Amino acid sequence: MEKSKENLIQDVVRRSGVNPRKCMKCGKCSGTCPAYDEMEYHPHQFVYMIETGDIEPLLKSKSIYKCLTCFACVDRCPRGVEPAKLIESIRLSVIREQGNNHLTPQMIPELIDEEMPQQALVTAFRKYTK
Amino acid sequence: MQRIGVFVCWCGSNIAGTVDVKAVAEALKNEPGVVHSANYQYMCSQAGQELIKDAIKEHKLTGIVVCSCSPRMHEGTFRKTAEAAGLNPYMVEIANIREQCSWIHKDIAEGTEKAIVLGRTAIAKVNLNAPLMAGESPVTKRALVIGGGIAGIQTALDIADAGFEVDIVETKPTIGGKMAQLDKTFPTLDCAACILTPKMVDVAQHEKIKIYSYSEVVDVRGFVGNFEVTIKKRARFVKEDICTGCGLCTEKCPQKKVPNEFNLGMDNRRAIYIPFAQAVPKVATIDPNYCTMLKTGKCGVCAKVCTANAIDYTQKDEFIDQKYGAIVAATGFNPISMEKFDEFAYSQSKDVITSLEFERLMNAAGPTAGKLVRPSDGKHPQKIVFVQCVGSRCAACAEKGKEYCSKICCMYTAKHAMLTRDKYPDTDVTVFYIDVRTPGKNFDEFYRRAAEEYGVHYIKGMVGKISPEGDKLMVRASDLLANKQINMEADLVVLAAAIEPDKSARPLATMLTASMDTNDFFTEAHPKLRPVESPTAGVFLSGCCQGPKDIPETVSQAGAAAAKVIGLLAKDKLKGNPCVAHSDEMMCNGCSSCEKVCPYGAITYEDKEFRGPNRTTLIRRIAKVNEAICQGCGCCTVACPSGAMDLKGFASKQIMAEVDAICK
Amino acid sequence: MQVNEFKPKIVAFCCNWCSYAGADLAGSNRLAYPAEVKVIRVPCSCRVNPMFILRAFQRGADGVIICGCHPGDCHYTSGNYYTRRRMALLFSMLDYLGIEKGRTRVEWVSAAEGAKFAQTMNDFVQTVTALGENKRLEDLRCKK
Repeated sequence: MEKSKENLIQDVVRRSGVNPRKCMKCGKCSGTCPAYDEMEYHPHQFVYMIETGDIEPLLKSKSIYKCLTCFACVDRCPRGVEPAKLIESIRLSVIREQGNNHLTPQMIPELIDEEMPQQALVTAFRKYTK
Repeated sequence: MQRIGVFVCWCGSNIAGTVDVKAVAEALKNEPGVVHSANYQYMCSQAGQELIKDAIKEHKLTGIVVCSCSPRMHEGTFRKTAEAAGLNPYMVEIANIREQCSWIHKDIAEGTEKAIVLGRTAIAKVNLNAPLMAGESPVTKRALVIGGGIAGIQTALDIADAGFEVDIVETKPTIGGKMAQLDKTFPTLDCAACILTPKMVDVAQHEKIKIYSYSEVVDVRGFVGNFEVTIKKRARFVKEDICTGCGLCTEKCPQKKVPNEFNLGMDNRRAIYIPFAQAVPKVATIDPNYCTMLKTGKCGVCAKVCTANAIDYTQKDEFIDQKYGAIVAATGFNPISMEKFDEFAYSQSKDVITSLEFERLMNAAGPTAGKLVRPSDGKHPQKIVFVQCVGSRCAACAEKGKEYCSKICCMYTAKHAMLTRDKYPDTDVTVFYIDVRTPGKNFDEFYRRAAEEYGVHYIKGMVGKISPEGDKLMVRASDLLANKQINMEADLVVLAAAIEPDKSARPLATMLTASMDTNDFFTEAHPKLRPVESPTAGVFLSGCCQGPKDIPETVSQAGAAAAKVIGLLAKDKLKGNPCVAHSDEMMCNGCSSCEKVCPYGAITYEDKEFRGPNRTTLIRRIAKVNEAICQGCGCCTVACPSGAMDLKGFASKQIMAEVDAICK
Repeated sequence: MQVNEFKPKIVAFCCNWCSYAGADLAGSNRLAYPAEVKVIRVPCSCRVNPMFILRAFQRGADGVIICGCHPGDCHYTSGNYYTRRRMALLFSMLDYLGIEKGRTRVEWVSAAEGAKFAQTMNDFVQTVTALGENKRLEDLRCKK
C-alpha cells in the first residue's frame, strides 16, 4: 500500500523522534560529518528537506547508506536536532518498503573478525534489517 | 452601617447605548447601605466630579460606588475626587459597566441586568471597605552600587553628580571590570582604556563616592529606602590609606609564578600585585594563596622594600555595616567555560583562545605588549579563524551552552577581524558565522566594512571540529552557501564564547529577594516599561547582570538606573500602597507558611507577649508584615492555614461578598 | 426546552495586571462574550482563596474561572505558579465531590490578549451550559 507523502514524512519524523523545526541552520552537523564527501545530500540538507517536505530525493539517494551513524552531528548539534537519527529513520523507511532483510542474525558469525568493532556490527544490523 | 452613594455614568452613549442607566440607578437605590443614587452623562468630567463631591457632603456619604469605565481608567480620578470631599480615597469602588458590560453586549435588557449585578457587587464590597492609610517610611539618602565595571561606574557617577552619597562594592582589587581588559571598542575603535580610565579617576576623586574594592556584600536586610547592608572587606594585607601604589613591592616579590587573572592566565604576576597600571584604587594586594610570608612566615620582602610601611601581614577581614536607600546590581558577566566544547580543542591547544584572551593579546598593555602571536610558540599567525556562536543559541536539550544570543559577539568578532587585518595585512582572516546580527547604530556598516574594505572572509556555516595537527590546527567546517565541507589549516583559532552572568549574581539575588530568570540574569519589573528596575522595590539593575549588552547600551542603562535611584533618593518619605497584607496576631500561630510563599521577603516573625489565663503571660511567635515591602499580591492570605492573614482592600470577606452578590 | 433557556452563573477571577486588562481590551475591541460572565478583580490570581470558589459553588454558581498572567510573567514574580498548583489540587477535589472538571478552569490571559479572553469566556460558558445547572454543592438554605 502506497502511503501519501505527508504520511511518510510524518512517519519518518515520528520514528526518529527528531523535530526538524528546531534546526537553526548553522551547519555544524555538516561541518563535523566525516562522511561528508561521500554524501550527495549532507546532514543539514536532510533536516532542511524533511522540514520543507522534500523527501523523494532523499529516499532515492545513496547518502542514506553513506551515513556512518557515528553520531558526531548528534553530539555537536547546538539545538539538539539529532540529524543522524533522522537519516536512519529515512533509511529504515526505504528498507521496510523494499521487503527483505539484507542481513540476518545467521549471517553475523561469519562476519565477525578480530578487527571489527562491536559497534559496527550493531550499526550494520540496524542499517540492513527491517 | 455605611452610607453609600451610587453614581451611574452614561459615558455619552458608550454606556447609555446598551445599558438603561436610569433603571440601573433606580435598581441600586434599594441595595443595603445605599442612601443616594444618581446618574450623569460624564462622571469623570469636572461637573460630574462636583456632583459626587456635593453628594458626599450633602448625604454624609461614607462610601461611593461609581458605575463607569474600567477602574484601570478612572479609579485614581474618583479616589482624588473623594479625597477632595473629605472621604478616604479607599472608600471608592468602581463597577466596570463599560469595558466589561456595555461594550460587549448588544441587548439592552441583558446589558442593564448585568450592570445592575455589577453595581450590586461593588456595593457589597464597599459595605465592607475600611478607610486605608498609606504608610510612610523615611529614605536613607545613600545608594549602593554592587559591581565596579563600566555599568557600576556610570551609575555611581550619575547618582553622585546629583548630590547623593554612593558606595561601590567591587570584588576585585580594582574597579574597571571587563571593559578595562578590552583593547578597542566597536564601532568607533577608540581604545577602551582611553575612555574608561578617566571615568575611573572621576570615581576615585568624587567626594560623594566611596569605593570598597576587594570587598563583597554578605548580607542585606531591610527594604526600599531602608536597606541595611553588611560589606565584607577582605584583607589585602596592605594598608590602603598608606600605600602609594609605587609598585616597588610588585617588582621585588620573589614569588613570580602566579597566573595573572587580568591577562586570563596568559602570563604571570607576583604574589603581591596591582592588577594593571591604571588600577583604582592604585593599591597593592597580597594574594594569600601564593604569598610565602603568609603561608610559611618566611619572606617579608615586600615589607622590607616598602618605603611607606604599608604592608601589614596581620590584617583581618573587616565587616562594615552601612545603610542605603537604594541598591543597584551591576554584577556583570563572564565568558562561559569551554569545558563542554571539546570539539573546538580549547583544552588541547594553546592556540585555540577565547575572544577575551584575544583582546588581551591585542592590547598594548597585555602579555605580549600588543603583538599578535601564537600563545604556543610566539610565532606570528598567518591564518586566523574566528568561530562565532560558541555556546550561544544552544537548545536547552543539547545540555551545553546558553539558549540566548550573547549579542555582542558578532560585533567584537568583526572588530577583531578588522583590527587583525589592519595591523597585519599579511594575515588571512576567516569568520565562520551562523547569522551576523548587527542591530545598532553604525553596526552593520562596521561589519560590512570588515568584509568589504578589510577583506575578511565571512563564511556561513559552523565549525564542526578543530584538531591540532603538528603545530597547525585543522578546522573542519561547512560552507552552507557553497554546499561544501571545508578543511582548512589555521595558526590561531578564536572562539566567540557566550557570556553568562557573574557567579556572584545568584547569591546576591537571594539576599536582595530580587528575581532571576533561568539563566541567572536579573528579571526586570517590566520587560518594556520598567527595564532597569527589579520587581523588588528599591533594587535597580545596570548592565549585563540583566541581559547581554554592549558598552553603549550598558552606559545608557546605567544612566537610566541612576535616574531611577535619584528619583527614589530625592524623596524624603516613601508613600506605600495601603492595600497590603495584614496578619491578625490573635489568630496567627507563627507557622511560617506565609513567609515561604512571599516573593518579597516582607514577612518576618517576632515573639510577642500575650496575657494568658490567671495572670500568666504567654510568648507566642507571630507573623509581622512589613508594609513598606509588601506589594499586596495576597499569596500569603491563601497560604495561611488559620486565616490570620488578610489583604487590605481585597479582604476575604469583601471578595466573598462580591461572590455572593454575583451568585444572588 | 428548559435546557436551552438555562443561563449559567459564572464567576471569573481576574488578576489586576494581566487578565483584568485583557478583559478590558476585549471590551475596547467590542469582542462579545456572554453576559453570564461576571468578573471579580483581584490583585493577583494567587489571591484567589479556594474558599472563594467553594463559596461561589455553594451560592449557586455554575462555573468558576480564574485568569492570571502567563507563567513567568506574574507581576508579583511567582503568584501564578502558586495558583496553578493550588487549583490543580482544588479542582481534582471538586471533581471528586461531583463538580465536573468543566466547571472550573485556570486560564492565562495577558493584557494584550483581549481576543483570547473573549474566546476563553465563550468557550467556558458553552462548556458550563452543556453541563447544566450545578446542584452538587449548592446550599439550598442560601436560596430564598
